[in-house]
Amino acid sequence: MNNLLQYTLRIADSSLILGQRMSEWCSKGPSLEEDIAMSNIALDLFGQANGFYEYASELDGSKSADDLAFKRNEREFFNRQLLEQENGNFGTTTVRNFLHDAFNFLFYTELSFSKDETLAALAAKSLKEVKYHLRHSSNWLIRLGDGTKESNLKVQEALNFLWQYTGELFEMDDIDNKILALEIGVDNKKLKDKWNEIINSTIEKAKLNRPEDGYMATGSRKGIHTEHLGFILAEMQFLPRAYPDAKW
Amino acid sequence: MQNGNTDHIWQLLNTIPDPEIPVISIIELGVIRDITFSERSYTILITPTYSGCPAVKSFTDDIRKCLKENGIRNFKLKLVYSPAWTTEWMSDATKKKLKKYGIAPPSNTVICPQCNSKNVELISEFGATACKSMYKCLDCLEPFEFFKCI
Repeated sequence: MNNLLQYTLRIADSSLILGQRMSEWCSKGPSLEEDIAMSNIALDLFGQANGFYEYASELDGSKSADDLAFKRNEREFFNRQLLEQENGNFGTTTVRNFLHDAFNFLFYTELSFSKDETLAALAAKSLKEVKYHLRHSSNWLIRLGDGTKESNLKVQEALNFLWQYTGELFEMDDIDNKILALEIGVDNKKLKDKWNEIINSTIEKAKLNRPEDGYMATGSRKGIHTEHLGFILAEMQFLPRAYPDAKW
Repeated sequence: MQNGNTDHIWQLLNTIPDPEIPVISIIELGVIRDITFSERSYTILITPTYSGCPAVKSFTDDIRKCLKENGIRNFKLKLVYSPAWTTEWMSDATKKKLKKYGIAPPSNTVICPQCNSKNVELISEFGATACKSMYKCLDCLEPFEFFKCI
């Protein structure tokens, strides 16, 4: 597969899968405002995914954006493993999104300088939205961490569990390196210092402890996932697979 | 009406209301970036306010309908992402319309559209649509929406 197509799909898949997770909160939010907020974030992510899929479809030349989203299996999805992790309680979702929003904010900031005009435009657009997402998840992390004993415990547990999925964010494989060499892609390794600054200062305000780096999960760049992705796809892809010509 | 008069197209599109905020037109919202004419066909460049804004589908359908009703058959709509939409494109006149409608217009200071107080409190970063957040005025106690600056 063409490197640029693969690179674009990774971004699109990450937006789609996190969007799908956020949409699971619709009608189940802890308050009406949060329900609306999470559905809005899901919409932003679907919109971003759509932009990247449309571009991927152009690069692919035969599959439509919908084909890419709905007619690939687990091993053909390249979203970051962190994003397929279960919503858990509201604290788990907050921690997962916060860890990723901080990364995504830095990633899109860099990608907006890409030599590829389409990726740069999509990144600049997405960045505006991700800034809000980061502010939203940071504020909640602080409120929950510096809240009650119970809320502090819940977000600390989530942080300890999800930490193992943060290593992958900063990996660089052959495709990343090739796309970086063309000045199209982002050097993920270089994002780590700034990410640490955001994470550390927010964790401190939230009165939480930064987990030690231990085992780090990896593999999404090769299509390797945790058990959760299959269930997400089963729900998300059911309708277009059962009724391939359905239109609405 | 396939004579290449793009001003006429701008005028027609200015009659299409924003699907969520009907007091302003899609032109005033700033989502129509350019209209060009070549080879007997108009090209209309559209940019979304937010990537996932459901209104985009709604107003692109409205544009097609409006142009067809006015006898314009040869046109295409093209979605562009750069430059990204910004509330800075909104004119002062448009902001006044928003305020009159009860939505605090985009600004560095959030002001209650009912009583003009600056003594306001954020309720939620997100409102009924992606482009708005929710506030409460601490003077007149009315809740209101604020059009976010992006």
